[in-house]
Amino acid sequence: MQIAVKYYVIELSKYIIAFLMLMYTSLSVVSVVSAKKKLVSVCTSIQSGLMLFLLFVSFLHMTFVSGQEEYLYLFAFITLFLFFMITIVSIIYDKSDRVLLNNMCMLSGIGLCIVSRLSFAKAFRQYIITLVSFAICLAIPFFIERFKYFKELLWAYAGVGIVVLTVVLSTGRKVNGAFITYTIKGITFQPSEFVKIIYLFFLAALLYKYNSFKWILISALVTGAYVIVLVFSRDLGSALIFFVAYVMIVVMATHNYLYLLSGIVGGAIACVVAYNLFDHVKVRVIAFLDPWKYIDDQAYQVTQSLFAISSGGWTGSGLMLGRPSDIPFVNQDLIFSAVCEEFGMIFAMCLLVICLCCFCRMMMLSYRIGDKFYQIIVYGIGIMYIFQVFLTVGGGIKFIPLTGVTLPFISYGGSSVMTTYIMFFIVHGIVIKSRNYEAANDERKTTPDTKVH
Amino acid sequence: MVLINVTMFIFCALFLAMFIYLGVIVSRSKIALYNNSYNNRQELQYKYVLRGSIYSSDGEVLAETRVDENGNEIRYYPYGSMFAHAVGYAVNGRMGIEDYANYYLMHTGATLSERVNDDLENVKHPGYDVYSTLNVELQKVVDDYLGSYNGAVIVTEAKTGRVLVLISHPDFNPGTIKEEWENITSNPENSQLLNRATQGLYPPGSTFKIITALEYYRENKDSWQDYAYTCDGSIEHGDYRVSCIYGTVHGDLDLEGSFARSCNSSFVNIGLSLNRNSWESTLDSLYFNHAIPTDMVVNSSSAYIGAGSTDYDIMQTSIGQGKTIMTPLHLNMITQAIANKGVMMKPYIIERIVDDDDEVIKEFVPESIGTVMTEDEAAYLTDLMMAVVEYGTGRALITDSYTCAGKTGTAEFAQDINESHAWFTAFAPAEDPEICVTIIIEKAGTGMEYAVPLAKMIFDAYFGV
Repeated sequence: MQIAVKYYVIELSKYIIAFLMLMYTSLSVVSVVSAKKKLVSVCTSIQSGLMLFLLFVSFLHMTFVSGQEEYLYLFAFITLFLFFMITIVSIIYDKSDRVLLNNMCMLSGIGLCIVSRLSFAKAFRQYIITLVSFAICLAIPFFIERFKYFKELLWAYAGVGIVVLTVVLSTGRKVNGAFITYTIKGITFQPSEFVKIIYLFFLAALLYKYNSFKWILISALVTGAYVIVLVFSRDLGSALIFFVAYVMIVVMATHNYLYLLSGIVGGAIACVVAYNLFDHVKVRVIAFLDPWKYIDDQAYQVTQSLFAISSGGWTGSGLMLGRPSDIPFVNQDLIFSAVCEEFGMIFAMCLLVICLCCFCRMMMLSYRIGDKFYQIIVYGIGIMYIFQVFLTVGGGIKFIPLTGVTLPFISYGGSSVMTTYIMFFIVHGIVIKSRNYEAANDERKTTPDTKVH
Repeated sequence: MVLINVTMFIFCALFLAMFIYLGVIVSRSKIALYNNSYNNRQELQYKYVLRGSIYSSDGEVLAETRVDENGNEIRYYPYGSMFAHAVGYAVNGRMGIEDYANYYLMHTGATLSERVNDDLENVKHPGYDVYSTLNVELQKVVDDYLGSYNGAVIVTEAKTGRVLVLISHPDFNPGTIKEEWENITSNPENSQLLNRATQGLYPPGSTFKIITALEYYRENKDSWQDYAYTCDGSIEHGDYRVSCIYGTVHGDLDLEGSFARSCNSSFVNIGLSLNRNSWESTLDSLYFNHAIPTDMVVNSSSAYIGAGSTDYDIMQTSIGQGKTIMTPLHLNMITQAIANKGVMMKPYIIERIVDDDDEVIKEFVPESIGTVMTEDEAAYLTDLMMAVVEYGTGRALITDSYTCAGKTGTAEFAQDINESHAWFTAFAPAEDPEICVTIIIEKAGTGMEYAVPLAKMIFDAYFGV
């Protein structure tokens, strides 16, 4: 009888997981769209429960399939961690955004779950990195509230970013054909991830003050320098992210749609030039256009990814019952394909909807931020985040050429996880700051009234 | 702020496009991607699913997986080599129905409780079973007749395109192919693994006169009855000369007579009179130099006529020699279109997929792949082909039991006439066609002497004579 239960869990869990994910995602959409505070608070509470139940079923399933109890310990760890994250953040920062926090936890939980499934050893590292990232990030809102000089460091941001990237390009280690990692004392970094944040601060510091053509030109030159260094490092994905974020942010800060037009034209020209100039760009495009012809080498990765995606069907093969490890670099660039294969397409689409919810939430939050400097940062983080999701998912499913960036929160990799955490907590910090400011304003408005009497 | 809304809209639209694209991958491309030889997920399925069985159209087992006491699985083919290329094999790669239906054979329709029961008893879930369109009785007739000759035979239903017989010789035993693999593949001239019926490319010889005659009709709708030619055993044009088979002098001929008695000289004469551009488009519409739309693995036939063709090319092509090559399947499809009032049907070999309880999962239905000629043209060609049987090269088929329409061919590829490939393509009954037969026997001699008798045996067996 007990054994029968075990097999029922194995056979049924994928449907339960898909259902829970659908529920969670619907609530997520409701809480982003709805303006009613009470409804949102009910939704987020239910979400927390769904989140834990979903992870429990996933880990129970893995325990039964593998016969290893260790997976239940991992579940216990994740539960504790997520519980801790939600409570601590809501206690310390009561004005933090609960919708964003929930979605962060959900994505992080799914990420830890799928990385655990792919490699036990890597999962352990990922847990530690996630913990450390969270610990660091806990201080970020505090800093944003207190530190007054963020707006003044314009040239420092520009210089530091380019210097870091150039150093990596010239001295960094070549990994998988790209010069994008740097090792200090045994810990390998991918600095382009962190540089994203510095770059955003640069743009914000410049554009909140100036929006004359001269200054836009200067910002374009600095961005160009970033992008060229990245293209030479063969980090095409990051180069694209910088470029798109730049164009969108400039349009947002200046309200001048001509910049959007010139951005599109300039981007198209840059793509053509890069295609003709760099072999590593050409290879990606060739593999995209006719993957079946180059299935043996250049397109091996993307075709294996397509096999994985299609084999899962709508409800997936079930965790540990597929073959995601057939895909090269499945842990980093193509983790979405692993999600598709084992969790199924319903789940994978829900995952993307949650990413969209995070993005839309950030956009809506940036609406209400009075300080243009911080508004640009929140807007920029949102753009960078969702565009990175688009690049990695679109590349893995052959919707666009493969560029090789990570799926934030889900992919294995310390720099990626830490950067994403930092970016999301910067948003939290800015939101808390602006909500505090609003609250203070409200008080000031109401106090004179009371004094009259 | 409008711009923030626009940004949200742009990305939501982008993601929506990706969702649609993903949905298409999952629902449409799933089977093709699963069957790709680079996809190792086959092995995964072997762990959970017992490969399904393949049946003939009347339910005879053609392939099944048996499990012995030690739990070893053996793929068993009760008819040995008889269905070698039609049913195929599933070790060291795949072929035939084992390949086309692989996705279904390796997926299960077991319900949740059945799956749990299987898990508890530690047995695999049963894969879907496949009912083919193949007819065991007819296949056996053909297999016996061909014996040690090399060649191919394909029999289809005239109105549906269902494949009743598919044979290619030399063959192999799919049950022991793993053990004999070295032996089979080390002998490339023998090419046992090549399915000659769907992939073998042969010069069509006189069977190609069907197409030449069709083109002549198209260009001379009102005057074709007036065609007259006097055959003195050969025809000369410029520096070239084409002879009739055995140097036979056919004498005075009209179009029907030229066709029935397969006079090369007369057809070269016809070919030289034809408009090359219009002929090219006729070939085009009959799927020459094009991929044939079917789920089977096939080769494309080629025939080149165009503004740039030399007179010599035209003379050769008119009688199906020269650079013209065709698969037996393709000739069968053209025959089928004539029998079916001009409508060509997609040939198919899988009838339906069923689960363990014989519940139909997927049914394959007849599908037209185009009206390749008018009803008029089909009737005209039927008359010509009936004449072949009445007083031409197919006289061996004269019987009271059914009427038959066909065309013989002798594809010369060497000097010695006895080294020629014998062709015959036909359908019966001529008034209301039921089946189409296409035969090629390699290095046997003339179609009249070697291929026509086999056609008679097939028709006799089918009509129960």
